[in-house]
Amino acid sequence: MIKVEGLVKRYREAEALKGISFEVERGEIIGLVGPNGAGKTTTMKILTGYMMPTEGSATVAGKDVIRKPLHAQRHLGYLPETVPVYSDMLVQDYLRYIAALRGVSPFKMRSRISEVVRLCHIEDRLAWQIGHLSKGYRQRVGIAQAIIHDPDVVILDEPTSGLDPNQIFHIRALIQHLGEQKTVIVSTHILSEVEASCSRAIILIDGKIRADRDLEDLRGRNEAIVALENAPPDAADALRQAEGVESIVPEPSDNGVSMFRASGQGALTTSLYRVVKARDFSLVELRRGERRLEDVFRELTSRTDEDELASSAASEGGSVS
Amino acid sequence: MRNIHAIARREVRAYFQSPIAYIVLFLFVVASGFVFYYVEKFFATDRAELRGFFRHVPVIFLVLVPGLTMRLWSEEKKAGTLELLMTLPVRKHEYVLGKFAAAWFLVAVALLFTLPIPFTAGQFGSLDLGPVYGGYLAAFLLGGTFVALGIFMSSVTENQIVALLGAILLGLLLYLPGTETVTQFLPGSLVDIGRSIGLGSRFESIERGVIDFRDLLYYVSLIFLFLAANVAVLTGRRWNG
Repeated sequence: MIKVEGLVKRYREAEALKGISFEVERGEIIGLVGPNGAGKTTTMKILTGYMMPTEGSATVAGKDVIRKPLHAQRHLGYLPETVPVYSDMLVQDYLRYIAALRGVSPFKMRSRISEVVRLCHIEDRLAWQIGHLSKGYRQRVGIAQAIIHDPDVVILDEPTSGLDPNQIFHIRALIQHLGEQKTVIVSTHILSEVEASCSRAIILIDGKIRADRDLEDLRGRNEAIVALENAPPDAADALRQAEGVESIVPEPSDNGVSMFRASGQGALTTSLYRVVKARDFSLVELRRGERRLEDVFRELTSRTDEDELASSAASEGGSVS
Repeated sequence: MRNIHAIARREVRAYFQSPIAYIVLFLFVVASGFVFYYVEKFFATDRAELRGFFRHVPVIFLVLVPGLTMRLWSEEKKAGTLELLMTLPVRKHEYVLGKFAAAWFLVAVALLFTLPIPFTAGQFGSLDLGPVYGGYLAAFLLGGTFVALGIFMSSVTENQIVALLGAILLGLLLYLPGTETVTQFLPGSLVDIGRSIGLGSRFESIERGVIDFRDLLYYVSLIFLFLAANVAVLTGRRWNG
């Protein structure tokens, strides 16, 4: 449904996207996750034909968004980060206007409007002036205009930002409902958001894709916490040798106790214990940790920092332990 | 065509839902009545002609039309609706033409409100209708030119005040070259050039009742030029992000 290849976007000041590629099938709900400034919004602006990439290609529903934006845009519904509404218009007039511009025929207008109004729960606000709506309602009007033409692809930029928990719950349910028939891309910097409503997460950091995995896959991985007293400097390396361990991340600790967060596959605690026993480390704590997306995210973000530290230290001629 | 119509309809509605349309229409009627009855002393001169009225139309338009056009793109940018519009399956020129049509329609409404002026003039003798038709046609085209110019200025800024003042300044630069105030200081060879590019001098010949095809073409090509520039600005945004 969506195919992106080698997207690069350079602004005058910085490089926002450094070559990203991914594909999305029909019926997937993609969470585009990353810290602010990672390139989520830029990616969406390119996918919707609002912006030209510096390099790369993108197709939506088989149509080239870059060369023939109009064709692709017919299959797209988009909610930008700032909800694009005219505050002096009535909700019903606004929906009718956007529907007309999205190509909804006059015969279908009535049924389409009543359909999206029902889905977004804005029945009771149709005759309201948009400027008088609460933020939650305004957001839902924004989503309503994005799906009014029954598009194949729906792109929502931070649809839940600034809403209260109750409103967030409604929007999540709506996104999940949309994902039953359509391809949905949602951007957010809140990970619980993605865990709650998406089937796949693409983690963008600093203009690059750091992870692109099905959420089941990400959640299926294991995690364990090891705390050692007076750990030797090579403790982390030793633990990394344990069977099934894929990464060891040191955690903040005190009083001579070092904490490590191990992640990988299989019975991690058992294999870690073998290493601890073999090396005769003084064990303070060993437990299974629940691996949450939040941790994956932090791990990936901090790894970038470590890489940068390592490379800068290397360039200064120092050694990194 | 359906899109242009939908866009123009929304813009006209938006005008009448806010005070702008009423203020501009009111000011236009008051200003034209003022110059006709007071400045040009219509009742004292007692002549059944409208020259005095039409002579001032360019200056009135110069100030009031930008008041109508300043919001057309600036507001969309500020409200973030521009981003939505640019991702709808609608061509850029359809937006430009829709907005242009809406503001030009308001200019036409404003001109309709001045009809009492030729009617009063007609009471004082038989009014020569040629110059009256010519004057209204010229005023309508001149209004369209200012509208196109004003929308263009609105497309380059998100600040409505900048759009307003920019349009007045640009309009003034186009208006002045043909006026006597400027041509009297110009060497003979430049006078004709000044006259031919000036918005005002073209206007004078039409409102005399002499409708020259070249004068009409002049306004139409200026309108086309500014609308095309407007489309170019919107297209350029896609490249620059």
